[in-house]
Amino acid sequence: MSQIHVSTTINGDPVEYLCEPDDTLLDVLRDRLSLTGTKEGCGSGDCGACSVTIDGRLVCACLALGAEADGRKIDTIEGMAEGEKLHPLQEKFLEHAALQCGVCTPGFLVAAKSLLEKNPSPTETEIRYWLAGNLCRCTGYDKIIRAVMDTAKEMKGKRKGKKS
Amino acid sequence: MSSNDRFESREFKVVGTRPLRPDGLDKVTGKAQFGADVTAPGMLHGAILRSPHAHAIIKKIDTKQAEKLEGVHAVVTRTDFAKDVDNTDVLDNCMAGEKALYDGHAVAAVAATSPSVARKAMKLIKVTYKVLPAVTDVDMAMGADAPILHDGMQTEGLEKKSRKPTNIAQRHEFGHGDVDAGFKQADLIVERSFTTEATHQGYIEPHACLANLGRDGRGELWCCTQGHYYVRELCADLLGLDESQLRVTASEIGGGFGGKTTVFIEPVALALARKSGRPVKIVMSRNEVFRASGPTSSSSIDVKIGVKNDGTITAAFADLRYQGGAYPGSPVEFGAMSAFACYNLENVKTIGWDVVANRPKQAAYRAPGAPMAAFAIESVVDEIAGKLRMDPIDLRLKNAAAAGTKASFGPVYSDIGLIRTLEAAKNHPHYSAPLGPNQGRGIACGFWFNFGGQTSVSLTVNADGTVGVAVGTPDIGGSRASISQMVAEELGIEYSQVRALIADTATLGFNDVTDGSRVTFATGLAAIEAARNAAKIMCERAAKTWGIPSDAVVWEDGHAKPVSSNAGDFEPLSLKDIAASAANTGGPIAGHYEINADGAGVSFSTHIADVEMDPETGRAEIKRYTVFQDAGKAIHPSYVEGQFQGGAVQGIGWALNEEYIYNKDGQLQNAGFLDYRIPVASDLPMIDAVILEVPNPGHPYGVRGVGETSIVPPLATVANAISAAAGVRMTSIPMSPPKVLEALDSVLIAEAAE
Amino acid sequence: MRYEAPTSVSEAAKLLAKEKGLARILAGGTDLIVQMKSGMIEPDLVVDIKRIDALKRIKKEKGGFRVGAAVSGAEMEEHEELCALWPGVVEATNLIGSTQVQGRATMAGNLCNASPAADCVPALVAADAVARVVGPKKGRDVPVIKMTTGPGKTTLKRGEFVESIFLPSRKKRSGDAYLRFIPRTEMDIAVVGAGVSLTLDKNGKCSDARLSLGAVAAKVLLVERAAKILIGSNLDEETLEKFAAAASAAAKPIDDKRGTVDFRKKVSGVLARRAAIIAAERAMTTEKKGKK
Repeated sequence: MSQIHVSTTINGDPVEYLCEPDDTLLDVLRDRLSLTGTKEGCGSGDCGACSVTIDGRLVCACLALGAEADGRKIDTIEGMAEGEKLHPLQEKFLEHAALQCGVCTPGFLVAAKSLLEKNPSPTETEIRYWLAGNLCRCTGYDKIIRAVMDTAKEMKGKRKGKKS
Repeated sequence: MSSNDRFESREFKVVGTRPLRPDGLDKVTGKAQFGADVTAPGMLHGAILRSPHAHAIIKKIDTKQAEKLEGVHAVVTRTDFAKDVDNTDVLDNCMAGEKALYDGHAVAAVAATSPSVARKAMKLIKVTYKVLPAVTDVDMAMGADAPILHDGMQTEGLEKKSRKPTNIAQRHEFGHGDVDAGFKQADLIVERSFTTEATHQGYIEPHACLANLGRDGRGELWCCTQGHYYVRELCADLLGLDESQLRVTASEIGGGFGGKTTVFIEPVALALARKSGRPVKIVMSRNEVFRASGPTSSSSIDVKIGVKNDGTITAAFADLRYQGGAYPGSPVEFGAMSAFACYNLENVKTIGWDVVANRPKQAAYRAPGAPMAAFAIESVVDEIAGKLRMDPIDLRLKNAAAAGTKASFGPVYSDIGLIRTLEAAKNHPHYSAPLGPNQGRGIACGFWFNFGGQTSVSLTVNADGTVGVAVGTPDIGGSRASISQMVAEELGIEYSQVRALIADTATLGFNDVTDGSRVTFATGLAAIEAARNAAKIMCERAAKTWGIPSDAVVWEDGHAKPVSSNAGDFEPLSLKDIAASAANTGGPIAGHYEINADGAGVSFSTHIADVEMDPETGRAEIKRYTVFQDAGKAIHPSYVEGQFQGGAVQGIGWALNEEYIYNKDGQLQNAGFLDYRIPVASDLPMIDAVILEVPNPGHPYGVRGVGETSIVPPLATVANAISAAAGVRMTSIPMSPPKVLEALDSVLIAEAAE
Repeated sequence: MRYEAPTSVSEAAKLLAKEKGLARILAGGTDLIVQMKSGMIEPDLVVDIKRIDALKRIKKEKGGFRVGAAVSGAEMEEHEELCALWPGVVEATNLIGSTQVQGRATMAGNLCNASPAADCVPALVAADAVARVVGPKKGRDVPVIKMTTGPGKTTLKRGEFVESIFLPSRKKRSGDAYLRFIPRTEMDIAVVGAGVSLTLDKNGKCSDARLSLGAVAAKVLLVERAAKILIGSNLDEETLEKFAAAASAAAKPIDDKRGTVDFRKKVSGVLARRAAIIAAERAMTTEKKGKK
């Protein structure tokens, strides 16, 4: 098995790596690039802990090959904050105590960010269905859903503020 | 001081507020390091070969071909572990000896330069099995002709010893009074049988560890665990090491719920590291987590309750049978103890049977043993309420345990909150809200003991006036925040001035596992006492500065002050002032405290659920859910609510869809999150959490454990709601749609026949 | 294993034709990669077709749509005209897995994975969709119902792959719907699936209907006997009851970890009836829209 050379962009940075043809994108992120914020909970697309975006599309990194990333734009939890400025979702997750153990949190944040980009004013039901592929065993989801609802509300308020 | 008079009523400044947790930033930015997130120079990847058979004699293991494969550095089997160990079952569960006792039982392991080489090597290990008949059902395992797992097992706790081969490890009995006499006084007796299937804790982070161990017996272990001191104890035993030579560091832990209170892969990684001379990392796959780490027990329970027409319970009896997997130790004892803990009973008796079967060795799961028992008892209580045409809350209030009640498991309760939770439920708008078509409402109560245990805390006052707190109980749901709050409260400083962290086994005294809802209680208690010890030293330093006797100084509002004007007129010294001059007044200031804490304070909860049934498919949807629980004192209310909500949802999952499914050969059919169906966000409504506070006399601030009780009532709460909605009494958990639809149809058939 | 990402259909076909070992197409990868990781299959060659522009397109054709084999469910959902014409098919595709899975999973992949419980297949069968198969020889069009023969088995020959799926044009007053039963609200494999496509005449009478059932036999079923019951009716209660009973009778399920024979048979009828009602409502809505 000869390795494949991949040139890609991760969180805005140009990145090159060699990977095995059957390495998943998750294997590459965690084991080759030390981007361990993306978690492996199942390796079969059932838990969402490895949520990332490829060219802006929300996917499970465990269900994509590392080789596929060539020329694409990958975004992970590590790129969500801008320097020390957190994304509003990250702020709200902290404020609402929307995490207990925190291992599902990166996946939820990446998935919720993707939702708000597509639908800035989701209903509670829309949030619950969008995030149905992200398993959390600690919180019963209550505080996570509230954090996302509150973020949407606040971001909407800010957009309105800017317009006026 | 007796454990029952530690509590002092006071006004709080920091306790009861909702500050941000200290580990939060790292967890929302992906920086937090969990079990699988670290590497070491020269590290190898370990993998474990597991038995495909549920019950088989291991005749031979040939590892030669695997050892020859390029990139393989070590292969281990049982012979690579210590021979004479104290924890024989734990060792046998981590690496099979003569027999494989369940599908997924470890039989060998390899360490190689990459995971793919390790996988290849596993295929080259040849294991010769003699397959035996297997049994996975608890009642069948107790049967006369069941396959026997352990030759020579005898049932402990029997009056008359039997020499017959058996899978029954132990019999337990609890209770008081005369149940036969009690049943004679009853106007109504309801007797029912129930079963519950095994469920898994379902933490999202699979077990992971990184081990290093030299031939000199010195080692380091990094792992996700609820109790790194216990990991050290077990690993030292299983590998023949001195505890002092093995340093265990607890990583951030991605959920445990009791399932990470023991070892599975850690001793294997250490054995591979010792043999290869290199650090070895093992990360379980999700399939391995389901097949080979500990789920909870499945159970089969008979209940008989007798009542007077006014609702007074005259006698209560339960026979509980739990299989705990391949080794003794199912939580049936806790089940039998907790079954009737909510009730004030004159005549009560429970019998528990601990049974082995060809399944993975069970591990603790949140209030181990209690949810199954509560399902059975609270279902019968609900049925009785229906038959007596009594409100189910009123029936429970009539029989509710209170301060002074002799508990069915022995002790007499001090102040407890059960009645408060029932009254709060009754008065809550949820209980009287109108219901729609096909909807029903159920309620049930739950109890959990809570635990204290061995605890060490070390606290340092830094020169800049900040405080560090080292604790030895891994933080599984925000305890670093609550402990920092208690220390800040006690020392009269800001929450932001305190930082709590989890020390490794080499740098802090022994601590029991994070279990039994014990951390905010016991570690909190020790942290408060450590802070008091540090405050005492600070008073001494102030006294020295002022030249007055140290008993003339008190610690108040974050300052050392003269006890009265008689002691002298001195400007109070702040913690910061005293810390800054510590070098000149006697050196570093620290406080520590060690205790085997009793007085944990039992906990009660009442839940209300509304469900809507689809009568054509048997599917139940949770429309509304409210938890009422006594927290003693909620240190960080957000994380207390989180415990209530999380436990309730785990219970809802158990009630509706989660189960271990075996085929007739004892092979697990659903070892993944696809078919082991834990609740997803769209399955649920918001979970309302109502915190009640009946102070625990055993804690300075009144804290009770809050982590576990919330999983106890949901099974019965949901079953009672389904009964109200659809008119069928479900006696088998999970209440999955095929079972419910079958029950609905049998009611229709019965009605048609009438 | 080798990984190739050709940029044209002919290049992909050549790679497949040349491969002597086991070759697999990688579209969404949501089944393939799981099977690779669990050791179920060990392909020698994986051909990623997502770099072939033609396969990433949804194209209008003869009043219908040709959906490229690499188009994900999420992309279908963003195509308004496709959603308006075949809402049941688009919904079925977007019941597969999570939002994350829908960002990758394709109809063609769901079809070629050949699971009897595949969500989009009953909807495609009800829609009478046609797969275009390409390979070493001339391309051929295969009705979706003829693509699979049993669990994991397709009628694709060596070197062939599905290039696109064609969803035909619709008469006025047509609608489709797909419903599945799962124990949770999301993330499960269908225990039963039912796809209905129908057309109403001016008077609201059913003039054409197709019913397809999933997860109740070794392959997705087309249940013509039940569909015929609808034709000529106003979808009144009595007809729907008969229709449901015929659907239940047609189901030939097994007992497994996801459901029992009795449950699956019963629920086949329930879902068929509910899907028919939704499809009819949609058929009427399209008429209203047309009038505007």
